[in-house]
Amino acid sequence: MEPAQVSGKTSEHVLTYADGSHRRVFVTLVETPYPHGKLIVSRTDPLGIITQCNPSFVDMSGYTEAEIIGQPHCILRHPDMPAAAFRDLWDTVKAGRQWNGYVKNLRKDGGYYWVYATVVPNIRDGQIVGFTSVRREPSREKVIAAEAHYRSLNGS
Amino acid sequence: MTPNLTVSPSFPTERISDWYIFNTWLQRALGLPIHLELYDSFGAQRAAIAEGKVDMIYANPFDASLLVREKGFRAVVQPEGQPDEMLIIAAAEGPASAITALRPGTRLACSDDPCVNTVGRILLEPANLDPSNTIEHRRETYIQVAREVLRGEADIGFLPVDAFNALSSLVRRDLQVLVTSQLHVIHHVFLVGPALHERADEITTLLASMHESEKGRRILEALGARHWEPVQREDVEFMIDIISTLTQ
Repeated sequence: MEPAQVSGKTSEHVLTYADGSHRRVFVTLVETPYPHGKLIVSRTDPLGIITQCNPSFVDMSGYTEAEIIGQPHCILRHPDMPAAAFRDLWDTVKAGRQWNGYVKNLRKDGGYYWVYATVVPNIRDGQIVGFTSVRREPSREKVIAAEAHYRSLNGS
Repeated sequence: MTPNLTVSPSFPTERISDWYIFNTWLQRALGLPIHLELYDSFGAQRAAIAEGKVDMIYANPFDASLLVREKGFRAVVQPEGQPDEMLIIAAAEGPASAITALRPGTRLACSDDPCVNTVGRILLEPANLDPSNTIEHRRETYIQVAREVLRGEADIGFLPVDAFNALSSLVRRDLQVLVTSQLHVIHHVFLVGPALHERADEITTLLASMHESEKGRRILEALGARHWEPVQREDVEFMIDIISTLTQ
């Protein structure tokens, strides 16, 4: 992520992913309201690389479809999200089960949006061949509760 | 054996005769007698499926998932470029003006369409509304859903976009759309059951080229479609995965 992609007052963070790699991101305090009616859909391969997404995904992420396909899903990870939440997500879906939770996503422009996410493993002939996720608009009360919970997990 | 064809009860009632015309065309094209049975409710259709009385079906995405995963049906074609979307209506002059303004105790009218009802329930979540704090009125038809909202007997109603567009302009004028789903990726599909699997490729080819004849094109237009496009197994599996995320 380059600072030039972000407008307004920003703060810089370095994210460390589960595989040990790092990413420098610039975030703003600008929230993009979740548009009513949109359902964000995406699919990844078993390693979390995005293989398919719908127009709602493109609209909300701020990336073009060409920029998104082939990228790891953690491109949307916001520094306010505790690593424990994603560990739980991956542990759950890799065990073949469904995961639900509230997620603060990072946009290309450094802003953010909240979703209620459901992730399911795609099982074919007994093997996990990828993951499908549908994200929907959360209620404001649930977002406030999730923010407080994640803040406590982050120790801030 | 005469195979049975049926159609998801979600289509507008004025298209009943068009489905009979489609069936006549299909019988001639396949050289096979086919019995068309139209059910007036999803419950009646599901009972027929459970009893093994359905061999071919134009199904909504939810029933298609069930038929593929549990009944061994094979999806062959889908109408090109027509994702299934739904909307939530309220009376134009009524108190409900936005989803987030709805309160516990909201009365909602809906049919027994599983697809529309599931997505509709999801679109109520931003208002913290769920089955425990809403009053649901199940009605037989989409027209009855709209009528109940117009009469003020329900605050909101769930309708497929197609059904809303099929209402008269007079009725639509007295309604407002609070929200329309933008899911983009689920579709009705045409499926064949195990008894017809050996003819599935033939049926796919036949339907995918239906628009190439003047008569076929006219029938498709009457059904609200431009042409059928073949469905790959993985497309259907993806749709089934999406349905399973929506229904949890």
